[in-house]
Amino acid sequence: MIALLTRDIRLAMRAGGGFGLGLSFFLIVVVLVPFGVGPQSALLSKIAPGILWLGALLACLLSLDRIFALDWEDGSLDLLATSPLPMEGIVSVKALAHWLTTGLPLVLVAPVLGVLLNLPEAGFLWLTLSLALGTPALSVIGTFGAALTVGLKRGGLLLSLLVLPLYVPTLIFGAEMARRGAEGFDITTPLLLLAGITCGTIALLPFASAAVLRVNLR
Amino acid sequence: MSLNSLWEYANPKKFIQTTDRVLPWVAWSAALTLLVGLVWGFFFTPDDYRQGSTVKIIYLHVPAALMAINAWLMMLVTSLVWIVRRHHVSALAARAAAPVGMIMTVIALLTGAIWGQPMWGTWWAWDPRLTSFLILFLFYLGYIALWEAIENDDTAADLTSILCLVGSVFALLSRYAVNFWNQGLHQGASLSLDKEENVADVFWYPLLVAMAGFVLLFIALVLMRTRTEIRARRMRALLARERMGA
Repeated sequence: MIALLTRDIRLAMRAGGGFGLGLSFFLIVVVLVPFGVGPQSALLSKIAPGILWLGALLACLLSLDRIFALDWEDGSLDLLATSPLPMEGIVSVKALAHWLTTGLPLVLVAPVLGVLLNLPEAGFLWLTLSLALGTPALSVIGTFGAALTVGLKRGGLLLSLLVLPLYVPTLIFGAEMARRGAEGFDITTPLLLLAGITCGTIALLPFASAAVLRVNLR
Repeated sequence: MSLNSLWEYANPKKFIQTTDRVLPWVAWSAALTLLVGLVWGFFFTPDDYRQGSTVKIIYLHVPAALMAINAWLMMLVTSLVWIVRRHHVSALAARAAAPVGMIMTVIALLTGAIWGQPMWGTWWAWDPRLTSFLILFLFYLGYIALWEAIENDDTAADLTSILCLVGSVFALLSRYAVNFWNQGLHQGASLSLDKEENVADVFWYPLLVAMAGFVLLFIALVLMRTRTEIRARRMRALLARERMGA
């Protein structure tokens, strides 16, 4: 499993695209927002947590179809499926690799981009923390979506259609936590709910993803 | 002819035979109850003293919303039956119910907007109930799109069933998340069996009839669409066999 993890990470870093693409997308979204809503810093600082969350979510979405597509095309997914590793394990490792190459960098640059959006000072810690808590859930849910659409020729758009509704609870609690943190309110409730969603999806969704992948490899 | 168990209806041939006899009854009683309920509701109930005649849209709004949720529930049950017992009719029934449920969701949203305009002064508000219906609509869209996208029937049935199960959990989660996210304009449930204070009886009885009409309409539509699906699949099989033979 560790070998698979390092292989996936190495592939994502070297094959171009995957690694930097999500980050640059995130940067561009954040840069474009002030053009869209105007440069008033009061307005920007009010919507900053939401924009950062939305940008991170979309950047995450962008790289989802790469989770299985390449392995599906060159047949290594079939090899993996016949290996002694349980399918649930493969799926979990894939999700973890996706998070390490996409989610984690997003979490790390989010505070930097927060400066661009005039995020209030109190918000930085909570924004980073909420993203760190929430992005694993995004990766796991996305892996499920990617497993659903892996056999399809033009699965990209369908993937977004399937995954975005599933992202709703995570986005609500994550953005709410970041917003409350930025405005200096109590963040306990959204924090706990967000953590609950992340733990729940990590615990349960790999089984669904594995089942779906088995159907697709049949 | 006696039937020993419910599962015998999972045989497509038996399903077609039985629905041949049942469907006209269901369809006609749906038409009749809908007609009675809607005409009674629209023309023979008094105007509400505050809402005026706009209150009458309730006879479309509430039953449609009811069926929007129950259609998903039915898809959940039939998906489970497909996963556990692998009866094709069950998977096809789920497929047949999805567009009907989606249309019900659209009706509920549209009539709600039309009702909300004069009452709340706005077509749309990010109220928890409205928002969760919008999310439900997105779930229907994704489910139908997945059915359409996959060519192999069994694969499609398997994948959509699992999507339906996972989606149900997330739809519920979203429902509570949205509640947490924003307090709403929409009133609480005004219809329940165990509450003393429901809608006044003059509105309540025609509403009950209209709801029964929508339930019957839904059953009739799903049966009809399931039969179409079965026949379409049988036709494809026949065509394939012919091509093989020739």
